[in-house]
Amino acid sequence: MRPFAYVRAETPEAAARDGEAVGTKFIAGGTNLLDLMKLDIEQPRRLVDVNALNLRDITATPDGGLHVGALVSNTELASDPRVMASYGVLSRAIVAGASGQIRNKATTGGNLLQRARCPYFYDPNLPCNKRDPGSGCAALGGLSRTLAVIGTSDACIAQHPSDMAVALRVLDAHVNTLAPDGTQRSLPLDEFYRLPGDTPHLDTNLKPGELITGVTLPPPVGGTHVYRKVRDRASYAFALVSVAVIVDGRNVRAAFGGVAPRPWRVPDAEAAAAQVDSREQTDTLLDRTFDEARPTAQNAFKVPLARRTLKAVLAQSGLEEQA
Amino acid sequence: MTPADSTLLPVTLTVNGAATELHVDPRVTLLDALREHLHLPGTKKGCDHGQCGACTVLLDGQRILSCLTLTVMHGGQEVTTVEGLGTPDALHPLQEAFIRHDGFQCGYCTPGQLCSSVGALDELARGVPSHVTADLADVQFSAEELRERLSGNLCRCAAYPNIIAAVSEVHVAGESA
Repeated sequence: MRPFAYVRAETPEAAARDGEAVGTKFIAGGTNLLDLMKLDIEQPRRLVDVNALNLRDITATPDGGLHVGALVSNTELASDPRVMASYGVLSRAIVAGASGQIRNKATTGGNLLQRARCPYFYDPNLPCNKRDPGSGCAALGGLSRTLAVIGTSDACIAQHPSDMAVALRVLDAHVNTLAPDGTQRSLPLDEFYRLPGDTPHLDTNLKPGELITGVTLPPPVGGTHVYRKVRDRASYAFALVSVAVIVDGRNVRAAFGGVAPRPWRVPDAEAAAAQVDSREQTDTLLDRTFDEARPTAQNAFKVPLARRTLKAVLAQSGLEEQA
Repeated sequence: MTPADSTLLPVTLTVNGAATELHVDPRVTLLDALREHLHLPGTKKGCDHGQCGACTVLLDGQRILSCLTLTVMHGGQEVTTVEGLGTPDALHPLQEAFIRHDGFQCGYCTPGQLCSSVGALDELARGVPSHVTADLADVQFSAEELRERLSGNLCRCAAYPNIIAAVSEVHVAGESA
């Protein structure tokens, strides 16, 4: 691991100011960042430890939702009685990811910022535009079975790895931030994450030093909450395809993981699906959601897999007879 | 690179019940501090990348991976390693059960398995759900729950059935105690 300076921030404002300098990274749980530093993929010159900040609470918001502090651990968030009762899809998604040890350490803010698990991003000997802008993409002609099928570009086909973020997307959660100049923002997930385009090294729209302070969940929407994750082994593996679904009567919300550079949800497709016969609902939703998919030969299976996964979930939630 | 003394940072933490002061390079992981600085070799370095669970310790009572955290981040906190669970004369009930059920073969993964099992049983008792929990509001002990919860700990000898038997026995004993 390369040498770095280590400082501990005492307030969010100080952290954001500390974080603005070039080469600075925040560290909270560290479960992804330290792995990447050991592999020389992340090379921060300075770490700002944010663990002393008062961002560890889950509190009710005035409109009946919840605010989740950025330092709330994955375990605490998944086992909060309010989350389990009213945001079940979030609890389910979190416990589908990582291992118990990692969930005890990983934080809400850090989970949102975890980096791609593309095999070429992880191999410093091969070109990767996300790791080394302009160097090329070894994944395009390489092993792409696990990678994204939609939202990609000619520069990058890495998929977003977080399960938690897929549930947050279907819940219409917002990410709250504090910038070094004191500006606070509240970003919907689609505005928080960038698509790769020709700048795949930028995963999010965070500015230098901008600190995630928490996540806001809107008031509960009711309905049946399901998170289904399909992967190569039963536990402790990233998704090939995952789906976070909330079914309420004829209304279906669905966000997909494992298929795109960010949690993938197309509200227009959900609206169209709500207008058709229930037998055609899944087809309409899937056709519209994956209309612009550009899979590789190796990962083309993800599109029918997403279709079958959603059908299975809808059957599980009682909306559709098992196909 | 040998860091200059000026880059060493002081950190005070409680390890297996004893207050311990260290001066470490900020790059030193908790795993390396335990093994190389405090000479507690029970905690094992397996993959060093968070994939095998061999380095699992308890931090303020919760199981974590000591390879994926920095020592300087834990001033004022309590760390329990396998050396702190029991002693040769007074083994932890899980250590006794692992022996009784032959829950280890080469034994390299065992310290992590033991610390992880302590943490997993505590999480079950606190109602923390897992991927296989049927009802989020009613977390129940089962072998299936244990298998899922210990899936972050690899054992290449594949003593898994014996490990599940050992941890199950301790859970049942705890329930009836």
